[in-house]
Amino acid sequence: MSKQITIPFGPQHPVLPEPLHLDLVLEDEKVVDVIPTIGYVHRGLEKLVEKREYTEYVFIAERICGICSFIHSQAYVQGIEQIMGLEIPERAQYLRTIWSEYSRLHSHLLWLGCFADSMGFESVFMNSWRLREHILNDLEATTGGRVIQGVCKVAGVRRDITPEKLDEMVKGLRGIEHELQDLTNVFLHDSSIQHRLKGIGVLKKEDAYQLGAVGPTARGSGVAIDIRETGYAAFGKINFRPVVEHDGDCYARCAIRAKEMFTSIDIIEQCAKKIPDGPVDMKVTGAPDGEYFSRAEQPRGEVIHYIKGNGKKNLLRHRVRTPTFTNIPPLITLLKGCDLADVPVIVLTIDPCIGCAER
Amino acid sequence: MMEPQTILPIGVGDVVPKAEQAKRDGKRLVQIGCTKIGDDFEIIYVYDKDYQLTSYRITVKQADEIPSISSVYFGAFVYENEIHDLYGIHVTGINIDFKGTFYKTTIKHPFSVTIVKEDDSCQNK
Amino acid sequence: MTYLAKSPWIIHYDASSCNGCDIEILACLTPMYDVERFGIINTGNPKHADIFVVTGSVNEQNREVILNIYNQMPDPKVAVAVGICATSGGVFRECYNVAGGIDKLIPVDVYVMGCAARPESIIDGIVTALGILEKKRSEGASAPVVTDHHMNKEHHKHAEGGVQ
Repeated sequence: MSKQITIPFGPQHPVLPEPLHLDLVLEDEKVVDVIPTIGYVHRGLEKLVEKREYTEYVFIAERICGICSFIHSQAYVQGIEQIMGLEIPERAQYLRTIWSEYSRLHSHLLWLGCFADSMGFESVFMNSWRLREHILNDLEATTGGRVIQGVCKVAGVRRDITPEKLDEMVKGLRGIEHELQDLTNVFLHDSSIQHRLKGIGVLKKEDAYQLGAVGPTARGSGVAIDIRETGYAAFGKINFRPVVEHDGDCYARCAIRAKEMFTSIDIIEQCAKKIPDGPVDMKVTGAPDGEYFSRAEQPRGEVIHYIKGNGKKNLLRHRVRTPTFTNIPPLITLLKGCDLADVPVIVLTIDPCIGCAER
Repeated sequence: MMEPQTILPIGVGDVVPKAEQAKRDGKRLVQIGCTKIGDDFEIIYVYDKDYQLTSYRITVKQADEIPSISSVYFGAFVYENEIHDLYGIHVTGINIDFKGTFYKTTIKHPFSVTIVKEDDSCQNK
Repeated sequence: MTYLAKSPWIIHYDASSCNGCDIEILACLTPMYDVERFGIINTGNPKHADIFVVTGSVNEQNREVILNIYNQMPDPKVAVAVGICATSGGVFRECYNVAGGIDKLIPVDVYVMGCAARPESIIDGIVTALGILEKKRSEGASAPVVTDHHMNKEHHKHAEGGVQ
């Protein structure tokens, strides 16, 4: 047996925009053990429910993470609405669905870009982010914010989208579809990318399920978990099928995200066709008394907001279980036995969002 | 409106058998979360199969020890280390035990105490 | 300042930020905003960097990382705090684990507003920093090595003890 050495990876590392620290125990070039250290981004924001009213706390919930921002606020207000028994206007549900799919598009393009960069494909990185600006322009035009939208509130949304604008948005998305197709073709068919990804970091189906993998990490291994299928917001009235791949390697997880972008465009188009007229918010009185696990599907997988109130303005507890947090055990399993040179690629394929994970 | 949820109260001794049962039933571990209610700590174990949640609640004191389910579900260690670091509840037999270094916080076991920050003003003096 | 004699390189560190400002910094590098036309390159190595861009606020665990990066940078150097969290702690200032803005730890030259900071304001902040950098260069200023007096020694011990 050769000598073991430990290599620190992160927190400040060129491929990681965010601070995650891994101690990699190596035998020659093989990783034999991984010890993650988190907490570089831990703020303790769940404790702020004691200082903020439940209506104000939406802003904090949104800032758990700047990439998954909209869906965090959506999951939080959904939980509050469920506890208070509020039947919110249908138009607001559709608008939330549209914005959450826009968030998914922007997150996946962001990820594809960062992923390409981690493999040394700088031009693909630039192209992904160029397309992402189109998504961000629409988000900014309709919500007022590029990455932090602040448009969700308890019992509705703050802004409406005019039918003309909705038309324009759908046309715009259809307009960039062929460019998205060109981009995904690179990820799906380019020989050097296939060489870099195929058969690397394989997560077996049973492992993915038992270790609690969610989102593209689970679906890449053939575990069809997609919380959108539970029909929250307007997803119950939309036809879509979750994208599932079966190989469980880096290529499969990458393919999931590339293909999901087109599902999102479809969902937005269906929403734009089906969206009913009406108000987008309603009056809310009182305070939540009860507890609920509110679930939503983020770009990175299932997010759970546990909300417990006792009829006062300040909640007793808000606990967020984010997709990255539960994807840490699968990541450890994936890294054991891989080559040192593949570590950045494998780490990125679970799409780690440390801001989410540590809150 | 989404489906209603119920949380079943169980004893501390039932935690591991219930986890084993859940695993036999083909459920995945969704989360373990803790809430401080007065002097008591409620720990909720949530399992999922086909989008149906099954939740079990135990109520303990801070000095109590709770058994780890990481021998049943490998991934449970992240939640159990979190409960130890943020609430100060001791969890016995975790497979990857960080011994209090999972989260490094200014205040020890922040969720178990009431915190008053001296400098709460916006101005950063 | 009308022109730049040298290409300034930046190093970015995410100190307990929510990612919002981080992805906007990355967006600055991409075709829409393209700061590389000013010769600005995002590097991963503090020894190559002139400008330290920090997002998010100081917390218990990242203190030493921020100091470590700042002290490794060669003189002259400029620190830019991007976003309200890096400036004062922002919405998170009341959180138990947030000590406040980056200026609690290192000298900050430029503050960029916003939550999340927009790419335009980030570019404006970096360009302002370039002016300060030129000034420091002409004065031959050298920043002192910054140490952390508030570092909690007990936690430090924990970290060394770590998981075996």
